Amino acid sequence: MLSKYVREIRLGINNLLLHKLRSFLTMLGVVFGVGSVIAMLAVGEGASQEALERIRKLGSQNILISSAKSIEEESATNVRIRMSVYGLLYEDERRIAESFPSVKNTVPVKEIRKQARLGERSMELRVVGTTPKWFDLVQRPIISGRVLLPRDFEAHGNVVVLTEHGVRTLLAGENTVGQTVRLGSEYFEVIGIVQNAGSIGGDIQTPDQEIDAYIPINVARERFGDYFVKNVAGSETREKVELHQIIVEVKSVDQVEPTAAGILAMLKRFHKKEDYRVSVPLTLLRQAEATKRTFNIVLGSIAGISLLVGGIGIMNIMLASVTERTREIGIRRAIGAKKRQIVLQFLIETIVLSTTGGLIGIGIGLLIPWMITLLAGMPTVVNAYSLVLSLGISMGVGIIFGLYPAVRASNLDPIVALRHE
Amino acid sequence: MSSLSSNGIAAQLEDVHKDYHMGSQVVKALAGITISFQTGSFWAILGPSGSGKSTLLNLLGCLDRPSKGRYLLSGHDVSTLDDDRLSDMRLRHLGFIFQSFNLLPQSTVEENIQLPLYYLGWNAADSAERARDLARKVGLEERLRHRPMELSGGQQQRVAIARALANNPSILLADEPTGNLDSATGKEIMGMLIDLNRQGKTIIMVTHERTLAEYASHRLYMKDGMIERIEGGDSSC
Ligand SMILES: Nc1ncnc2c1ncn2[C@@H]1O[C@H](COP(=O)(O)OP(=O)(O)OP(=O)(O)O)[C@@H](O)[C@H]1O
Ligand SMILES: [Mg+2]
Repeated sequence: MLSKYVREIRLGINNLLLHKLRSFLTMLGVVFGVGSVIAMLAVGEGASQEALERIRKLGSQNILISSAKSIEEESATNVRIRMSVYGLLYEDERRIAESFPSVKNTVPVKEIRKQARLGERSMELRVVGTTPKWFDLVQRPIISGRVLLPRDFEAHGNVVVLTEHGVRTLLAGENTVGQTVRLGSEYFEVIGIVQNAGSIGGDIQTPDQEIDAYIPINVARERFGDYFVKNVAGSETREKVELHQIIVEVKSVDQVEPTAAGILAMLKRFHKKEDYRVSVPLTLLRQAEATKRTFNIVLGSIAGISLLVGGIGIMNIMLASVTERTREIGIRRAIGAKKRQIVLQFLIETIVLSTTGGLIGIGIGLLIPWMITLLAGMPTVVNAYSLVLSLGISMGVGIIFGLYPAVRASNLDPIVALRHE
Repeated sequence: MSSLSSNGIAAQLEDVHKDYHMGSQVVKALAGITISFQTGSFWAILGPSGSGKSTLLNLLGCLDRPSKGRYLLSGHDVSTLDDDRLSDMRLRHLGFIFQSFNLLPQSTVEENIQLPLYYLGWNAADSAERARDLARKVGLEERLRHRPMELSGGQQQRVAIARALANNPSILLADEPTGNLDSATGKEIMGMLIDLNRQGKTIIMVTHERTLAEYASHRLYMKDGMIERIEGGDSSC
């Protein structure tokens, strides 16, 4: 099939090579069009994949409910010593677990900031009182030992699971399992070490942090209670918070949003103040994807315009070329070339031009993201489809913008064309 | 190649007219031409400027269609063929030689000679061989890789003759083939055409030079788009 056109393609290439500089300049439009499109798509794709990955880590089947001081409460803290009671209740977790059939699991989370001490080293940890289900939802590889198990709750034992980061900061190692670490004034036995997601930063946070220490929630309640004292700029605030977070896992993705709405309504009914926040990673995911789509449309338009400009450049040069080669066309026609053979001849030239431009553009489009990643450390992702697409489009540009000059060439009257100077 | 045959008549015109419309004006370039060109004959067409010589030759060469009348090329009516079919007639049955040579300047002698073969779909090896044979025939075997600019006018016209012969046409059409050449070179080209005619090729040639026209078997004098008179041969209209 293609071999039929090999001669025509060779003829086209030879004609283009007669004017190397002109041919090169002609295809620059397509080169930069395609190059910038691929580079921009790669940068955009890199950024959005990072964001999407971050959201995905939150779990697309999860609903995150967290305690938050209501606004009235916040503005009232100029009173020197006061007691504020807010946030999610143990009751809330039970109610959510019982009233929604779509809920598969609920994980309560109690957070207490405590100074941790191991030997001579110390650091501030976020002590997370939770249940074994935490480890089902926030799946992180176990480095050593084990995670919390139901029997730890029955035993009410002072056991703790540390993160890799915490262990490293406390200058401990894998052999730390079995040792005792002090959290505040209590002593806990280290039963395991897990990896942490690491602080990624940005406005979307994973449920776990690198300074976590996981203990059974009943132990947390018994040892540390529900009251916290905060010292902020000399004024002391006492707070009573039962649960800092409830992570709700829903059975299927399509039930996530209705369930979230139900939970919100329920919380509204039982809480006088708005001392909670509900966030749905799935919604964030959707928003991020929508943003990405918008971004792609904008990029597509820019790409379209630059390729249009490239195409017009090609058409302009080809029209000039047709005029310049009027006599050649006349000679070919007099010898017996059919109109469609003239069309093909000129069309192949523009397609060769635009496709070569497209290929060079792809080269540039691969080089730029590679350099951006290398020099600026930004993640970039070059999609195979963007390469195929832009090559296809540049061939299309050749056909669309080459057709008019080619048809014009073929419609020249051979007698008139032969007389052309 | 010249497979069309028709009891010795290569081309036949029956009351052929050609009008050119220039705005409201009508130029009657040909006003009723009836004539037969016998296979193997050598015609010289003469006449003052604007008498319609080139118009006649273009019609005979299937580059144009008559406004009125019939044109039989080897017995087949070609006056109503569409553009593709006319192109095919040119490709298979006709060869052109022009006053200004009309070679492709960017192509080599070899490529120029091969041009009709390209459109006939010949493969590279066969057309290279044919181009070499033809170049030998016109004495330019050594110049196959040269470009037209590197050749003298006479040599360029010989390349054009080789190209016109590539498809082994039944009729060779020449519009003032010596017009751009000095008289010595013109004679040389003329000699080449006479040789071709001796080998059986039908030739129709427009010329201004009576001395050259003397070599033709027939002379057709034109005036105002009509035939003024015919000389020579034993044929007539
Ligand atoms: N394309 C055209 N449009 C309009 N008029 C034309 C066209 N071609 C030829 N003519 C007219 O037709 C007439 C015959 O022209 P033609 O070219 O056949 O003359 P000719 O005999 O070849 O002249 P010359 O010896 O100068 O070449 C002339 O009056 C010319 O102006
Ligand atoms: Mg003329």
